[in-house]
Amino acid sequence: MTAGAGGHKLRTVNLSVFYHRTQALHGISAAFGERLITAIIGPSGCGKTTLLRCLNRMNDHLPGFRLTGEVLLDGQSIYRPGTDLRRLRTVVGMVFQRPNPFPLSVFANVAYGPRVHGVSDRMELWATVERALREVGLWEEMRRRLDRPAPDLPLGQQQLVCLARLLAVRPEVILLDEPCSALDPLATLRIEDLMRRLKCRYTVIIVTHSMRQAARVSDRTIFMLDGRLIEEGPTAAIFTSPRDRRTEDYITGKLG
Amino acid sequence: MRDERPVEMLLGLVALSTTTALVLIAVFIFIEGVPVIARVGPAQFLLGRRWAPDAGSFGIFNMLAGTVWVTVGALCLGVPLGLACAIFLSEVAPRPLARMLKPALELLAAIPSVVYGFMGVVVLVPLVRTTLGGPGFSVLAASAVLAVMILPTITSITYDSLRAVPDSYREGSLALGAGRWQTIAMVLMPAARPGILAGVILGTGRALGETMAVLMVAGNALRAPTSPLDPVRTLTANIALEMGYAQGEHRQALLATGLVLFVVIMAANSVALALSSRRAGEGG
Ligand SMILES: Nc1ncnc2c1ncn2[C@@H]1O[C@H](COP(=O)(O)OP(=O)(O)O)[C@@H](O)[C@H]1O
Ligand SMILES: [Mg+2]
Repeated sequence: MTAGAGGHKLRTVNLSVFYHRTQALHGISAAFGERLITAIIGPSGCGKTTLLRCLNRMNDHLPGFRLTGEVLLDGQSIYRPGTDLRRLRTVVGMVFQRPNPFPLSVFANVAYGPRVHGVSDRMELWATVERALREVGLWEEMRRRLDRPAPDLPLGQQQLVCLARLLAVRPEVILLDEPCSALDPLATLRIEDLMRRLKCRYTVIIVTHSMRQAARVSDRTIFMLDGRLIEEGPTAAIFTSPRDRRTEDYITGKLG
Repeated sequence: MRDERPVEMLLGLVALSTTTALVLIAVFIFIEGVPVIARVGPAQFLLGRRWAPDAGSFGIFNMLAGTVWVTVGALCLGVPLGLACAIFLSEVAPRPLARMLKPALELLAAIPSVVYGFMGVVVLVPLVRTTLGGPGFSVLAASAVLAVMILPTITSITYDSLRAVPDSYREGSLALGAGRWQTIAMVLMPAARPGILAGVILGTGRALGETMAVLMVAGNALRAPTSPLDPVRTLTANIALEMGYAQGEHRQALLATGLVLFVVIMAANSVALALSSRRAGEGG
């Protein structure tokens, strides 16, 4: 098994999740390598979003949510009592399926994270906003339009602003939940390009319903079905020589 | 299919007659009120400090000031309280509790204003007198009663605006490591601002127009107040107090006072309407 440059950044150990009585995840044990892109694929409703949101505890407040097993970040359980949720979420950040910029200016959106964490110095905020927008490749387009309301931008740029907003808090892990499903093909390409550049510095985990996207961008792929992890491995291996029948069926389009 | 035309016609008739009534009232107040203002002079009418109907002096400044004092006081007490209630119901309270409390709060709006006035006289006025001094009948008492009366309006509209803020904003903020209060202050309140402003302005309109409860607790002295503990007479209270016996020019001057109120409240409501329709436009 090939781990990333620095081994495993995140691991789930026998993770099961319940919403009230219904079980959404069944004993998932998966590892996410540092500075790699791991794709989670599987048919709709198989638990991809649920798994992803367990990794920064965004499920905690959902009604009836219950979890057994472990999630380890750098070897430390993130569900142990006394975990600082605010710190956890700056280390493990998330971009959502539908772009959700706040109804504020582009600048205020990107500066939001640092502000929330106590940065109030104008110069420092400007520097952070510029760095984050450069990182997502939006700086040249946006430098003269930083005071525009972010929700007025085209969806593709909105999603990039959301990514910049996340990078501004300097996360180590980036969770992406079908980040391109609301975008046109061009904006999708742009995000995929960006992901390949981001992986030098971040651990990236992307949920996608598009197998071609998984094949294009990811280093490793996890295939899920009905809340279970069916197969996990290097992306090339999963797509060319799957070991499990169900993986093969899904990849060849006979399933979901 | 049943013929629905009679129902439609009936509803149309109702709509038509209410609008007509509003227009007629406006026309009546204008026709009756404008001549006095013209005769006294608008500046003298609005800024004159002497209200002596028997001597033919019609300056409403003291009462205008009274209305402003009482209304501003009501907003100072009612807006923070209303926002706090709305934030609690929308963002803190468990959903079932909120669903129980909100209608109860809205029921406050259905209590006749004379009951509020009564409670004010029995509880609030003595309380102000014994703890803070003065006659008790005061700006403070009137503002406090009004604050309770506008609370349902402000709370209910702010609550609805907060509920209309998509959950994706809440999640986006929490996912960046923001706390719940930071999310409320920095994302949710700005997102709900047009609606909140509309609620505050509607509350202001209600406070400006409220008569009976204010009249019962304000003391009604014909002086511009200099402290929150001074008794005060508002424009509405003045009309209610004097209309019963006023004749001739006095009566017209009271109607002119009504005209001033009418214009102010209509303006406030138009602004509120513009704000809330802008919000609806943004939601699309
Ligand atoms: N908040 C929730 N409450 C109850 N059940 C949920 C909730 N979210 C997801 N589920 C259920 O959990 C299962 C997995 O959902 P999800 O993780 O969203 O799948 P995916 O992202 O792969 O489409 C589905 O059966 C879904 O109905
Ligand atoms: Mg999903």
